[in-house]
Amino acid sequence: MKLAYWPGCVSRGFTTELHGSMELVAERLGIELVPLERANCCGAGVIAEHNQELADTLNARTLALAQQTDLAMMNICSTCQGAQSECQQRLDADAEYRAHINESLAGQGLEYTKGKDGFSNKNFLWLLVEDYGLDKLAEKVVRPLSELKVGPFYGCYVVRPKERLGYENHPNRDIYLEQVIEVLGGEPVDYAGARKCCGFPVITMNRETSLRQAGTHIGDGIEAGADALVTPCPLCHLNLDLQQPEAAKVVNRDLGLPVLHLPQLVGLALGFEPKELGMHRHIASTGKVEDRLAATPTA
Amino acid sequence: MAEYTLKVRRYQPEAGEGAYWEEFNVELEPSLSVLDGLLQAKDRDDGSLSVRCSCRAAICGSCGMKINGQSGLGCKTQIGEAHEAANRRNGGGNPIVIEPMGNMPVIKDLITDMESTHWEKIRRVTPWLLPHGEPPEREYIVEPESMIDITQSMACIQCGSCVSACLSMEADPDFVGPAALAKAYRFVGDPRDAETRERLHDLAQDPHGIYDCTHCFSCVDACPKGVAPMDQIMRLRRRAGEEGIEDPNSGHNHEMAFVKIIEKKGTLDESALLQESFVPGIKGKLMPGKRAIKEMIASLPTAIRGFRTGKMRSLKVIPGLHHKLPDGAQDEVKAIYAHAQAHREEFNIYIKGEEGAEPEEKEAT
Repeated sequence: MKLAYWPGCVSRGFTTELHGSMELVAERLGIELVPLERANCCGAGVIAEHNQELADTLNARTLALAQQTDLAMMNICSTCQGAQSECQQRLDADAEYRAHINESLAGQGLEYTKGKDGFSNKNFLWLLVEDYGLDKLAEKVVRPLSELKVGPFYGCYVVRPKERLGYENHPNRDIYLEQVIEVLGGEPVDYAGARKCCGFPVITMNRETSLRQAGTHIGDGIEAGADALVTPCPLCHLNLDLQQPEAAKVVNRDLGLPVLHLPQLVGLALGFEPKELGMHRHIASTGKVEDRLAATPTA
Repeated sequence: MAEYTLKVRRYQPEAGEGAYWEEFNVELEPSLSVLDGLLQAKDRDDGSLSVRCSCRAAICGSCGMKINGQSGLGCKTQIGEAHEAANRRNGGGNPIVIEPMGNMPVIKDLITDMESTHWEKIRRVTPWLLPHGEPPEREYIVEPESMIDITQSMACIQCGSCVSACLSMEADPDFVGPAALAKAYRFVGDPRDAETRERLHDLAQDPHGIYDCTHCFSCVDACPKGVAPMDQIMRLRRRAGEEGIEDPNSGHNHEMAFVKIIEKKGTLDESALLQESFVPGIKGKLMPGKRAIKEMIASLPTAIRGFRTGKMRSLKVIPGLHHKLPDGAQDEVKAIYAHAQAHREEFNIYIKGEEGAEPEEKEAT
């Protein structure tokens, strides 16, 4: 399996451990990643609120760069997925609008083509379940996460709006994390926050609301017995992990719950050591996860 | 006919007890609605089961409720589909879970008090036309095209489903909220209204106004009429930005900082974004406001923790040292900016529709 790879901005900024662990995990899974070095930020919905055409053209450029490789594209960020899918929906909806956006790309020798054979843009979670296959993933597991209770945290941009995100053809996209956790040998934990908002989009605008959201979900996860949360979204990770001590102050309770990036959770089951996956870079100590795993030797 | 179990969250204030769950078994065609199921249970099992409803055809907006945690109308949700949704992760033994709408006080069973979290907020946005000058002798005449933009927000039936689903309001009850802000756009976008700027200014100045939305899309999925309240909130932000309206939440600064950073660097430099959101142009004029200083200080502990674990490598927090796009790619991004800033086209699928099954010329590959 060979894919055009868009790691996004945050995985190379504040969460370098995500980009790093993704590369390790892809190699071990036998997925070849061709990085889209020239691609740009998805705008995270913020550029669209400023100028929709600008956001759409920026994303059309990234999609066109991926199409140029004749490969399907993979991203590793719920927010990139959401912003790029939103743009793609508008581009695909209207030939005239598409032509207008492509006019802007023409000078760069780029064109976004609707319905190009074999092209899709999926995040690692969707790709793992729909294209790589859970059976094949199960075969690669050398260290089942058998003692680990994991709460899924999706990130809004891969669960809503359903009509835009392909749920008609893939109705279970909002329970894939549970499926992956099970295949890796862990136990998925049901708790209220799994598909709610982490609060990150308003961290600079309404800090208290933002941190209350993060703190509440982490607290709910702890109450439901989770040893850790796992998320496919680095922006969620910023609010759930980097801001966790601040969120604890706002909700006025002890938190201290490890939050793993999806490739880290997969990586642990594939036999990588926590340090290789950059888990020492997290703010909320991942010691609890490491202790559990110590009881399960690599096969 | 098929059998279904409805697990209803009940609350009977006259009993003097707290809320409790009760299961009802009903038998009806899968294509009938969850509301039909509830009415059957009320008819056959317990006449005191209370639900607000009228048209049963997604027009009146009375039967807002949560079905398997999803806010929407009971009459617009097929019971067969609700059953399937409740049983995706097991063999079929789960009941359909029905609760009153969220973010609102419950009066009885599925009936909520929409006054404080819905109607009061609707009134807060001045939901009527404010034209200037003498009213015309007869009706106002406007070009039909100039009204198309607001047909989406006019489709609202005031059911409260979006308020029920709102994840911002869950964390901040003072948030003006999706229904009221969609209603606000209905007047901001109306060519007859003369107080557009005042409306935008009012909603941007309110710390719980347009910049308090967390962009979670919950209201978009909850709305039974395709209003997409969050999209209307983004339109309000766009309009407020075009008017150059500043706000106490630094929402506009954040937006402009983001847009500028991508134009300059192509990918997001988070540390530059943080600084510029609070103190735009810090390098030129060091004049942070009171809130900016407070926010910068509040984010210090996080930054220090980031240093300690190596999460924020030292280079990362000095804006200007962010990696750049390779040879010429940044110029391509800049060219895109020039083109898009010149046109500023806005494409709304709700209004324009989708190509659908229109045959697209296949690429001759």
